[in-house]
Amino acid sequence: MTKSMGEKYDAIVVGAGHNGLVCSALLAKAGKRVLVLEANQQVGGAAITREFADGYLVSACAHLLYQLQPEVRKELKLATRLATEDMTTIALGEDGKHVRLKTDSVEGVSDEDAKQYRDFRKRMARFAKLLRKVFNKTPPRLGNQDFQDFLTYAQLGLDVRMLGKAEMEAFLRLIFMNIHDEVTERFEHPMLKGAISLDAVLGTHLGPRSPNTMMTYLYRLAGDQGRAGVPAGGMGSVSNELAQAARGAGVTIRTGMPVKRIIIENGRATGVETESGERFDSYKVISNADPKTTLMKLIGAKHAETGFARRVSHIRARGNAAKLHLALDGLPAIEGLSRKDFAERLVIAPDEHYVERAFNPAKYGESSPNPVIEITFPSFRDETLAPTGKHVMSAVVQYAPYGLKGGWNEEAKAAFMKAIIDTLAKYMPDIEQRITASELLTPADIENEFHITGGHWHHGELSLDQFLFVRPVNGAAQYQLPIDGVYLCGAGAHPGGGISGAAGRNAARAILRREKAA
Amino acid sequence: MTIVEGPVREAVPQGPLKTPFYPRVAKIDTVNQWHEWKGFSSPDALYCEDLEYFSIRNGTAVFDLSPMTKYRVTGPDAMDYLNRLVTRDMAKIKPGRVAYAVWCDDQGQVIDDGTIFHLREGEYRICCQERHFAWFQAATIGFDVDVVHETEDIAGLAVQGPTSYSVLKTMGVEGLEDLKPFGLIHVDFQGTEMMVSRTGFTADLGYELWIDPAKALDLWDALFEAGENFKIRAIGTHALELARIEAGYLAPYAEFLPVDETIRTGRSRSPLELGLEWLVDFKKPNFNGRRALAEEKRKGSTWRLVKLDIEGNKVADSSYIFSNSKAKGESIGFITSAAWSPVCKQNIALGTVRTPHGKPGDTVWVEIYYQREMHWNREMAKATVVDKPFWFPPRRGATPPGPY
Repeated sequence: MTKSMGEKYDAIVVGAGHNGLVCSALLAKAGKRVLVLEANQQVGGAAITREFADGYLVSACAHLLYQLQPEVRKELKLATRLATEDMTTIALGEDGKHVRLKTDSVEGVSDEDAKQYRDFRKRMARFAKLLRKVFNKTPPRLGNQDFQDFLTYAQLGLDVRMLGKAEMEAFLRLIFMNIHDEVTERFEHPMLKGAISLDAVLGTHLGPRSPNTMMTYLYRLAGDQGRAGVPAGGMGSVSNELAQAARGAGVTIRTGMPVKRIIIENGRATGVETESGERFDSYKVISNADPKTTLMKLIGAKHAETGFARRVSHIRARGNAAKLHLALDGLPAIEGLSRKDFAERLVIAPDEHYVERAFNPAKYGESSPNPVIEITFPSFRDETLAPTGKHVMSAVVQYAPYGLKGGWNEEAKAAFMKAIIDTLAKYMPDIEQRITASELLTPADIENEFHITGGHWHHGELSLDQFLFVRPVNGAAQYQLPIDGVYLCGAGAHPGGGISGAAGRNAARAILRREKAA
Repeated sequence: MTIVEGPVREAVPQGPLKTPFYPRVAKIDTVNQWHEWKGFSSPDALYCEDLEYFSIRNGTAVFDLSPMTKYRVTGPDAMDYLNRLVTRDMAKIKPGRVAYAVWCDDQGQVIDDGTIFHLREGEYRICCQERHFAWFQAATIGFDVDVVHETEDIAGLAVQGPTSYSVLKTMGVEGLEDLKPFGLIHVDFQGTEMMVSRTGFTADLGYELWIDPAKALDLWDALFEAGENFKIRAIGTHALELARIEAGYLAPYAEFLPVDETIRTGRSRSPLELGLEWLVDFKKPNFNGRRALAEEKRKGSTWRLVKLDIEGNKVADSSYIFSNSKAKGESIGFITSAAWSPVCKQNIALGTVRTPHGKPGDTVWVEIYYQREMHWNREMAKATVVDKPFWFPPRRGATPPGPY
């Protein structure tokens, strides 16, 4: 039995992920009465800080901030305090000879490589700037007569043309390419090639030779040129700040309230029902959950038309990134690093083939025996995260396919953990002795904890067939599902995942614009 | 080396398949005109198209419709599944009833039409021209339902014509007196269950019989024995096609192209464009194509299906339709099926025209080309758009049917 809570909201947002918070805050600022229901006890979705061992805190899923859109910052007056900013990426060499990649320069490589890197990043910056514009707009529909859609198309065409003839050609050539071809064309140093390849494939089920990994690389840069930082207090601080902005604008946020279903009556959304049996009424239900969860679990595919349901059921969302948290009794020894380098972003991707080879087993449902790893020591600049003198290592490890053959049982996890520690030990010989506690989240764990289908960062692969006008699928790319009153505001919608807030902001704007037009 | 014995597999048949009735049909056949129908051999005609046609209108015609595509739909959500799949309200179709239905894609374009038999509570059979397993399977997402392709598991015969009731009664089928059009009953045939439905493709009094293929030949023999004094004849598709046009029924690839077979936009048709608005129930909150069809209804359709009564006797095959007798300007549409109707003594056709043309009662002009001793002639024939089927005799609906 469900009892209605009496109050009627202008909109209910399912899930207090960062996008849900951004969306709700912007709607509330426009005068809407908004309720946000979050399944977990904490707001933030995959952007949270939590304890993983006694006295040790970590950003439990997303751990680097590099895409938060300036528009979101400005409109919600965010003033996120960063413990570390503009991080250098240090590609670790086993021999202690590391390569340091900055926004537009690189150290530890030949002069020719250094020059090529500058040119490469300059071009990437131009393209990323263009993409950033696109990411902050509702994608236009294909083949329709809407004037706004036409303007968006025209602007996109103009922006591409304004790159100039040579750069436009380069853009159109590169955007469909894979990162492997580009790095092998340009660079000599294997670690430089490896580090760039890694950036293109993090969080995806793609290897450097997979199609459109040039685009996923650019995606990463479409914030602040990929400049990464770590928020003070971990990623949860960003979510708390967003929640504060939302509450300040009048949003009601209730945590520990998993939504069981979105109620569809007479073909339209009329509210939601929680697992506890409470019912909340609203003619607008905005889902921060991924598109598959939204349609298949919360709404029920029977309420959609067959073609649409089929498209949603075919969304590819196979997570491949595991998250490793280590509690350390001290910083590990890494040859060739100075102490302050522990504030930077360290990557293990010694060459471009290494990254592809790490991906190979994932295609067949096996984890990488020699994984690629992105490492940070967030406690190095943030004492609040670990007891004095102790440290936290937060790492993204690939590849750990969601659909592991035989499933992610304890044995499989232990085997993968061993592969990771062995890999780390090549660069940090004393790592194993330093560990006092650990936590490994496979995509299956990420799915469980954060309710993301496939444990995929982006709620759906970032590939050209699931991008722009067809993200998540044709017929829902304008943040509205073809079921009246149901909207999407999460990473599964355009432009995709990462702590950017773009999807949430675009969704709020699209909803408000549509309301105005009606 | 050890040889592992696997299951014995039948050889994959080469060439067209033979229906369960093939031995009897082939025996009657004297003209050897066959075509392929969804993988099966099916006769165009068996001895004389005209005589075969007249057996539909004057006696009893027997047509082997075993190649019709058939799917069984069962499970707790069977009705909800069908209700989302087709445009009409299936909740109104009780067990023992048959529904003519049309199903669309999300854009409201027709995939196919067919009949849905509510065999027993919650158990349905979809019967149609084309194969749709992929679509029907996709449509199961979110429903507790089973869809099974059963074309080859059931043999089917159409028994159509004024004496068909008498033939079946003579054969010993009981319960036909109360069987109304679009009703079905399960009867015993020599110890095997047979389904009898009062359905057909001829707009005449008639039935369709559905049975286990193993009993097909026995059924054929019993039927022809019973029909001996009722002018029973087997027929081919040409005779049926003529009756179909007289009835004003739609045929895929004639009146519409299944949308999944179209490449160019605008080459498919919506139910509203095919005169099937009566089959579209907007009171249902969701069905495939609902959003698009509601939008089309608001904005108006592009095409309209028309039935034409054409002056003269020259068959208007593949003709252009014009709004004026001089064929000035662009054509407004074209003929999709045409025939001289022997029973109506009318020159009839089905066509598709652009709205707002083609309202019932409108006059349009049909550009007919015909050949006389090699030379081609052209005639602009006046035609009237008619509302009703060309042939729809009272005996089709009479219950109990008359003992002709």
